[in-house]
This record gives sequence, structure tokens and C-alpha cells, in this order.
Amino acid sequence: MPAEHLAAPQLDLDRARAREILAQALAASRADATEVTLHAVISALTRFANNAIHQNVAEEQTVLSVRALWQGRTARATTNRLDAEGISAAADRALELARLQAPDPDLLPLPEPQSYPSVARSLAATAALSPADRADFVRQMVAVAVAAGMTTAGVMANSQTAFAMANSRGLEAFHQETSAEYSVTMLAANSSGWAKGNSPDIAALDPAAGARTACEKAQASANPVEWAPGKYTVILEPAAVLDLLGFLFWDFGGLSVLDQRSCLTGRLGQQLFGANIQVTDDVSHLLQSGAPFDGEGMPRLRVPLVEDGVVKNLVYARPTAARMQREQPTAGARPTGHGFPLPNEYGEAPLNIVVAGGDVSTQEMIASTPKGILVTRLWYIREVDPYRKILTGMTRDGTFRIENGRIAGGIRNFRFNQSVIEMLQNVELLGPAVRASGEESFDMVVPPIKVRDFHFTEVTKF
Amino acid sequence: MPGKDRWGRDWAGWALDTAVQRGASYADVRIISERHRAVSTKNGKAGTVADNETLGLGIRVIVDGAWGFAATDRLARTSIDRAAVHAVAIARASAQVRRQPLRLAPVDAYQAVWHSPCEQDPFAIPVDRNLQVLLAVDQELRSVSGVTLVEAEMDFRRIRQLFVSSIGSEIDQTRVLSGAGYAATSFGESEIQRRSYPNSFGGQFQLRGYELIDSLRLLDNARRVGEEAVALHQAPQCPQLTGTVILDSSQLGLQIHESIGHPIELDRVLGAEANFAGMSFLTLDQLGSLRYGSNLVNVVADATLDHGPGLGTFAFDDEGVPAQRTDIIREGRFVGYISSRETAHAIGQTRSNGCMRAESWNRIPLIRMTNISILPGEAPLGLEDLIADTADGVYMETNRSWSIDDKRYHFQFGCEAGWEIRGGKRVRLLKNPSYSGITTEFWNSMDAICSRDHWTLWGTPNCGKGQPQQTMGTGHGAAPARFRNVKIGGAYAAGS
Repeated sequence: MPAEHLAAPQLDLDRARAREILAQALAASRADATEVTLHAVISALTRFANNAIHQNVAEEQTVLSVRALWQGRTARATTNRLDAEGISAAADRALELARLQAPDPDLLPLPEPQSYPSVARSLAATAALSPADRADFVRQMVAVAVAAGMTTAGVMANSQTAFAMANSRGLEAFHQETSAEYSVTMLAANSSGWAKGNSPDIAALDPAAGARTACEKAQASANPVEWAPGKYTVILEPAAVLDLLGFLFWDFGGLSVLDQRSCLTGRLGQQLFGANIQVTDDVSHLLQSGAPFDGEGMPRLRVPLVEDGVVKNLVYARPTAARMQREQPTAGARPTGHGFPLPNEYGEAPLNIVVAGGDVSTQEMIASTPKGILVTRLWYIREVDPYRKILTGMTRDGTFRIENGRIAGGIRNFRFNQSVIEMLQNVELLGPAVRASGEESFDMVVPPIKVRDFHFTEVTKF
Repeated sequence: MPGKDRWGRDWAGWALDTAVQRGASYADVRIISERHRAVSTKNGKAGTVADNETLGLGIRVIVDGAWGFAATDRLARTSIDRAAVHAVAIARASAQVRRQPLRLAPVDAYQAVWHSPCEQDPFAIPVDRNLQVLLAVDQELRSVSGVTLVEAEMDFRRIRQLFVSSIGSEIDQTRVLSGAGYAATSFGESEIQRRSYPNSFGGQFQLRGYELIDSLRLLDNARRVGEEAVALHQAPQCPQLTGTVILDSSQLGLQIHESIGHPIELDRVLGAEANFAGMSFLTLDQLGSLRYGSNLVNVVADATLDHGPGLGTFAFDDEGVPAQRTDIIREGRFVGYISSRETAHAIGQTRSNGCMRAESWNRIPLIRMTNISILPGEAPLGLEDLIADTADGVYMETNRSWSIDDKRYHFQFGCEAGWEIRGGKRVRLLKNPSYSGITTEFWNSMDAICSRDHWTLWGTPNCGKGQPQQTMGTGHGAAPARFRNVKIGGAYAAGS
């Protein structure tokens, strides 16, 4: 097929079409009250390894979800069959599942219509990226590898999503977004480097520059030496910071505290972290992404989570806020618009984390460090202890030894077992906050940080 | 629609015809209809009660010696044609950045209809019966003083897949999967402890109907599990030392998954996952020569029903290759990878050993674990016999955390509970047990494994790989086993 016919498919679910389908679903429901959501996606991802494209995929999908409420009971059914039969069947299944439960005296009525902060995150240039465009970006990244005598692997992806919801009380919400992403690994003889970027706007990304960064990291970490495990001063680049913090912020959900599964249980209002730690959840931040409403259609409010190291606030879905008001009326809980679609057991979480940065560059952090370790990226992070918040994981793709204020070379990768709470007590310096993208957590706005006494417990063979 | 003899054949035919007309030298189509039910309870109330269905088509093509794939849930002819055209266009773009043309190992054309064994259709069981079982467990767990959070769940899937390829295969498979489990959490003054049954992170999952739930004896074990969660608060910390570890079969199943199952994926070995899931220490030169484990270590990749109703059991993989059993480790020696039609030639094989699997209609198949299992010991040996044969050590049960480096050398696992062994007896409960090591050193230290009557085919429902990421269910047969000279307690090393 000639190249001029390879235009990217475009999402055809606009606000008017979404309203039409949602109205049809509401009309099909025989429940006392009904909430319906529609999620449409067109996405494409070009994957490369060994300096060649080896996987290259695209999909389009639209999913309708119906939540039925019936005499104090609720349940959800989801389908991607959007003909009249499919929509009715989903509505019937949701009602049938709800009927078979015991009533829940705490079940709330659906929310009334809300107003939402305006966010603009749908970019035509991102949506227009074609298979040939993605291949061009890949070619640029491969060229960097070939010029350096390295092997590269990674992805170049773009997507368009639309998310709409309505309920039988008249609430309506609609959000459209695009996303572009690259990730690149450079493999040298005995070292590697990595870089990644993600943005709603393809113009904000420079995959070839990322490839050069990854290449420089691989070169600078060649012939890694082994350092003994122990506590080190560590400079964590933003991707490493976000992958660690991603495990902490689920604990800022109000329900996790009520359930006593959060590390913040009994610690609200305490100076848990260093005085230089400020964290906000802010969907409207210019570097953030995502919809300005939650799984029940409540507006996502800006919530200061940590101020001067003190845990100030949690986030609340409507049901959690109502329960908190009953059980701890002095806590002042109110819905913040961070709930997951109901019914669920997990409640809510802040997903638009912004950690305030400082003005110290990573180079200045290195220069201020007599002996330490610079970490590009972390891998396979898991929670070892839920209350002390000890996480384990490995360094990967660019781990450097710092000696006398300079990068002295590569270092074999470490396993860490580190309490994130203690880590945030030991932050010595912060750099400018950036939109960072990792592999273990959702994207955040975070700074690079310099931390003392970061605990590496073992070392691997490369 | 599902149930009709010609279900999906027209859709597949349209896609294949269009792809071939547009220049595809090979194409295959997978049409999947999946029904999923998730039911959970929490602290005496229903949690998630949800029913999901999805139906769609994915077409994979080779054009100019390169892959393209497109998927759609719009099943009108124009939409299917558009998806096929899109797949061809994507393949042409792939060909612009390629090194050599693809070479696929041959596969025969098959016409087959296959249903996994299922005694009780889980979707015929009303949700109120699911909730009744879970709430009875919930009540029993909450009757234990000190248990602060109780979560229980069931999960059922019925997946019908039609695979049709341009070489003439037409394979219609239906798989029914079930799972259930629960966890009791106890919050103390400064720590959170948890015990799960029959396994953590969702419980046990198999390729069975509701009969699996009936076989798990969920209620019978609830009180013990709740009491152990509370007792952990008073238990001493697992010490940091080098010594003997005995693992229960579920933890050994995860150990196999991470330190054998992933490293033997041939695409990973060849670099296909270098940017994301990582690579493998099992370079091609080690096939047939590496001493992976002790003589007692015999591991197979077995997707056949003869191996059991695992999450990795099927009749054909997602490239239309029949299910097979492949020796991976034979008497400690590394002898096999898991492969695909594209990668088989890299190890001198003329055929794929049938391990390509896709999460759903909107994902391409990747090399994935099937059932990667360690074979049980031949001499009769139970867990209590093994403990009685152990002078000192730590017995660990039920995974709590898992992590391994991106080449699969160095791992660390934490378990929910440990028991100190002295003089062949369990003498006391230990909290926060963990162990770590280097993969081959660990497997070479195995000096005992229990016999067939203590072997369980565990299901891991949440294995992640690929970009866009895919979640896959894998099976792992394992029996309790003993390992010597293992680093214990590193996760809680002083100061961490």
C-alpha cells in the first residue's frame, strides 16, 4: 500500500456521540439509579530491539460500563458491544448482580451534576502520528546506537483516549487526551543506559536526544566495578524517585487509613518526612495528565498532601469521606475527587503527584558529593514491609560511582532494601521538578534528589 | 455469536482475505470472546461485584519480511477490512527499520475444536452463592481477635478463541479458569502483618470450573490463617544468617516463575525485551552445558492437559502450534528454552515448542510461560518428613514480596510466615522471613524435594511482560523443597 495512505486512524468519540451512547445506556437500565461510563481508545506502539523494529501494533476499542443501584445494592457490568442488544444486556447484568446482594446501609445515592476544572490535553499532532512517523523516530534512535557501535531497544508510541460518564441524576463529564511516549535503552558490551519521555504533546518529546542521553550513560558506565553493599549517599534521577514514591502514595487514600493498611495509620499530622518535602496532588498542573474527575464523576480537587514534611491531608472518594465523617468527625474529611470506579475495595488514591523541587542541578549534586552513587533507573520494586514502607528493588541501566565530586565510572547494580519514609527524612538536596516517566509507577512531576544513607544490601553480577 | 458452529469464521475470513490481497505473505487472525466475573468481600460486606465481557479481533501479518498487527472491537466488515489494511501498513513501516526478513519455523495446518475440562460452569453459579461462601470465610476470620482487615475474592473467566491463519489452520478453543483466596490483615501498634490462603495475591487459580472452589477448603482454613496473622506480631524477627531454608510449594512455584520461567524465554534471551522486562543470563552458549541446579532439579515446560489443569494449559498456542512438553532442566543440566516460530531457529530447532500466548484479542502473542514445573521427588517424602530431617533452618510459607534483577541473576523473596526449625522440629513462628541469592547457586543448593502427593500445580494469574504490557496466567507445579547455605533475612538487614 502506498505510504500516502498510511494516515493514523482518528478517534470518533466526541462529546456529542458519547452523550448519545450514554443516554441510550441510561434509558436501557431498569435500576433505581444508574451510572454509565464510556472509554474509547486508539493506540499504537512501535517496539524495537537489536536495532530493528520487531513488534508494531495498534488497537481501537470502546468500552461501556454500567453501574446499577437497586434498593441499597450496587454492581457493575462492562462490555464493548455497543449495539442496542449489547448495551441492554450490560444494563440487565448489572442490575441482576445488584439484586443478588444484601443491602448496604452505607451505599450513597449517585452524585448530582458537578463542574470541573478545565484541562486541555488533546493534541492533534500527537493523534496524527502514523506508523511511518513512528518508524522515523525509531530510525533516529537506531542511528544513534549504530554510530556509537551499540545495540538499542525501546518503544515509540502514541494514543488518543476519550472518557465520558453520565448518571441518572444528570451528571455529565467528558475528557479527551492524547499521549506520546518513547523509551530507549542502549546496550554496550558490559553496560547500558536508558531514557524515557511521555507527554500529551509529541512536540514536547525529543526521542533522538533521549537516545543520545542513554548512549552517553552506557559509555560512561562501561566496565563497571563492584562496590560493597552498604549505606551510601545517593543521587536519584527523577525516574528513580517516581518509581519509589509510586509505592507510597496509595497510602494517602482515606480508605487505606480506615482499613489500617496504610503506613500513615496513626501518623496523620506528624512530621513524618524532612522539612524540605512538599507534595501536592494537582490534576491541573501544566505537566500533569489525566481527567479532571474521578470514577464517580466528582471533580478532582487540588490537595496539599505533605507540607514541610508533615502529612497534612488524605484524598477521599465520596463513600470514604462519608465514612470518615461518621467515624472520625473531627478529621474534616470531604470528597476530593480521587475515587476509583465503584464498587471497589480500594477506595481512592492521588494520581497527579507533584513533588516540589529545588534549584540544585544534578551536576551540582554530584559536585557536592565526595563519595556516592548516581542512579538512573530502578527495577522490580516491591514492598517488603507495609508500615515501615521498606521497598526492595534493583538499580538498572546506568548506575555510577561518584568520587571526589565527579562521576568516576560505572558500578555493578545493587539491590536496595530501603524505607521510603526514612529516605524522605534524609533528602539533602532537590533539583528542579520535571514530568518523569518510569516503568513501575504512573507518571509524576518530581525532582532529582540527593539522599544520605540509602541502603544497598546486595550486589548482582553486572 | 458464541455457540454457533461458524462463530467468527466470516470475520476471520474477511480479515485474512484483505490482508493477503494487500500483500501479506502470512497472516493470522484471533477472535476472542471473553466473559469475566470478579466477586470480592471486605470486612463483612460485598466489595467488587462485576461482570465484564469483551469481544474483538486482532490480525497479525507479515509484509516485506516484517510484522504488523492491528486490533478492533468493531466487527462490521468495513471495520475489519480497515484493521487488516492498517496491519499491512504497520508491517510496511516495520520493514523500513529491519535487519533481516522474518523467518518462521513451519507449522502444520490444524482444524480443531477444544474445550478445557469444566465440571461446573462458574457462570451458572449465582453471585449470591459466591458471596455466601466468601462472607462465611470473612466471618470466621473476623472472629479472631486482632484481625483488622479481611479480604476474600473469587474470579472466573471463560475465554473462547478462534485462531485462523493463511496456511489453513482453524482452531476453536474454549478455556474456563477459576480462582479464589483470602487474606487476613492485622494492624498492631507499629506493624502490619498478613496471612493469606491458599496463596497470596488472589489465592489459587486453575483451568477448572467451580469445582476448584469446592476443592480449596476455604472455610476450613480460615481460623488458622486469622490466628497466624495475629500471632506474627508476637513472633521474633527472622534472623539474618546463612543457613537452610525449606520453602512451601506455593513459594517454590514463584521461585520457579522468576528464576527459571523468565530466564528461559527465548525472546528475552535474544534481546526483544531489553528495554522493559529485561534480558537473561541464559545466553545461547549455555544450552546443554550449564549446571542450573543439583541433580534433583528436573523442570519441564508443559502445556498439555496430562500435566494438569494449569493456567498454562491449552491445546494450541496463539500461533497455532500444538501444546507440548519440553524438558528445561534435566537432572540439574539446562537443556531447553521456551520458543516461538520466529525464534526456534536461533537454537537450531526446526519447530516452535508452542509457547506464544496473547492476553486478549488486542495484543500480539509473545513467548510466555506455559506450566513451568519442577518434578516431584521419586522417594516418598512429605513436608513434615522433610522438617524432621532438618537439624536447623527456617521453613517459609506464602509469598509476600518478590524481586529479581533484569537478567535474572539476583533475587530476593519475602514470605508471610516462617518457622524456626531446631532438631527436626518447628520450634517457633518467625515474622518477616526473607531469603535472597543468585539463581544458579540457589538451585544447585537444593538437596531435597517432596514427592508427588505434596506437589501442587499453582496458578500465577498476573505475570506481566511486553509493551503494551500484557498480563498472563502461568502454571507452576511444585512440592516443598530444601535449600542449603541460603542468605536469610537480608530484607530486614540492620538499618534498612
